[in-house]
Amino acid sequence: MAAIANHKAWSLLKRSSPLPGYHLSLGFTLIYLTSIVLIPLFAIVRRGAHGGFAAFAHSISSPRVVAAYRVTLSSALVAALLSGLFGMLVAWVLARYDFPGKRIVDAVIDLPFALPTAVAGISLTTLYAENGWIGRFLEPHGIHVAFTQLGIILAMSFVGSPFVVRSVQPVLEEIDHAMEEAAASLGANRWQIFTRILAPVCLPALLTGTALAFARAAGEYGSVIFIAGNMPMKTEITALLIVTKLEEYDYSGAADIAIAMLALSLVVMLAINLLQWRVQRREGRRG
Amino acid sequence: MSQSSNLHTRCSHPLSPGIRVGRALLIVLALASVALFLVLPLVTVFLQAFAHGWQAYSHAVRQAEVLAALRLTALVVIVAVPLNVLFGIAASWAITRFDFRGRNLLITLIDIPLAVSPVVAGMMYVEVFGRNGWLGAWLSDHNLHIIYAVPGIVLATMFVTFPFVARELIPFMEAQGADEEEAAVVLGARGFSVFWRVSLPNIKWALLYGTILAAARSVGEFGAVSVVSGHIRGRTTTLPLQVEMFYNEYNFTAAFAAASLLSLAAVFTLVVKKVIEVSSGIHRQRTEEENRA
Repeated sequence: MAAIANHKAWSLLKRSSPLPGYHLSLGFTLIYLTSIVLIPLFAIVRRGAHGGFAAFAHSISSPRVVAAYRVTLSSALVAALLSGLFGMLVAWVLARYDFPGKRIVDAVIDLPFALPTAVAGISLTTLYAENGWIGRFLEPHGIHVAFTQLGIILAMSFVGSPFVVRSVQPVLEEIDHAMEEAAASLGANRWQIFTRILAPVCLPALLTGTALAFARAAGEYGSVIFIAGNMPMKTEITALLIVTKLEEYDYSGAADIAIAMLALSLVVMLAINLLQWRVQRREGRRG
Repeated sequence: MSQSSNLHTRCSHPLSPGIRVGRALLIVLALASVALFLVLPLVTVFLQAFAHGWQAYSHAVRQAEVLAALRLTALVVIVAVPLNVLFGIAASWAITRFDFRGRNLLITLIDIPLAVSPVVAGMMYVEVFGRNGWLGAWLSDHNLHIIYAVPGIVLATMFVTFPFVARELIPFMEAQGADEEEAAVVLGARGFSVFWRVSLPNIKWALLYGTILAAARSVGEFGAVSVVSGHIRGRTTTLPLQVEMFYNEYNFTAAFAAASLLSLAAVFTLVVKKVIEVSSGIHRQRTEEENRA
């Protein structure tokens, strides 16, 4: 990054357009990006690196931290799979069938994006608590959702669900029906059409959506903390542990956990970019 | 629905009863899960808010704390959103209208805030501006407060909504191409007038779309703001933080009353979003006609 700030590098940048505003727009973009995103990012890495690698490794392997990672990652994984199932079903129905009120359903899908996470958190907790509308039907069967890991999974699936729908839906809508009809006329049954034509086209989008849902779930805070119970070692998520450490003025401890989370989310982001790149390449070939 | 007749005529073979039943089952299953999973939590907010009647509700939303939180949330949106809109326009102009080294890296860097946990985002700003942070000593020498004060809340909100406008504009302007703008330059248009008179009318819907998404997230941001706020009642408490405060004090009517205001904003966002999609064609589903064309 230092190279971009370097004045020499400017001459390496090539421009091939008669349009105005190149230096102004790129300059503002780089300054804004650096001050809002990059400097804070480096600040947290610097704090974590402060004590050296041994201290970092020690800090992120304490039993409470490891337990928080286990709870967070396992919940996020299950939640992402649930979002995947929900998303595939809803995307399929929205893309392929017509029914009254379809536009409203389509708009409601984005509710978890628009609804503040704290609101989702207190509402889900109220619904699934012992005496809540849904909780009271589950409790007699021994299913405890609020204040258990199930609650964490529920809140995480709520916030992750739109990602899958919005990734898969456009792909399903763009599939050429002629291909399916050709397959049918050549004697393929519906299952063969699904596994040979629809699934291969949908799979990258489904994976992308699920990965996005996972990334969101792993970092989620607002909707989870109300329903989680927040018991150390049992239902404490990493985001909450960071807040707890900050409240105890343990800045380097909080930074170490945050860096481990950052590393994970950057890996997921890289994987998503790779997936999307492959999807685009495939579309390029088809076009 | 006029589209359903298209759907049937499109299929070359008549639908067997088994397929019809399967189709109906899938639709019912999808609608039921949407209702139970997404709509019910929204409805619950309003039912809880009005659980003790209209009087209790109207009293709750007119408390000084709620009004102060509303004002702060409005202030955050008014500062954070326009700055991110400006950034989104600048970034998409640079990225889609010019070719330069590191263009793809820049696109990836813009996406970073989407991958970062809100709590980690808030913590980053504590590391820069907090008492033990990079600029902490300098700030306290000059008696400037950013963390546990309003500027920190605005900055944290700017971080989490950073990519929203740019992500809408970049693919849109990329697809549109620069032909019209280049023609305007050839015909003698200069500087900002190319943007104001040629680009802006073309991108206004995508711009509005990204702005709405950024505004909705700014109103509702919780994790990042929670870390930098300090939770000072009536001063650094945004509306979502006020909801948490009421809830933790077992003041459920007030918590859900404040939450109902945020839910109304969310519903408003969804409606505006849908209206933009339908009237402008961005993010619109393909119609049957387009599919056949």
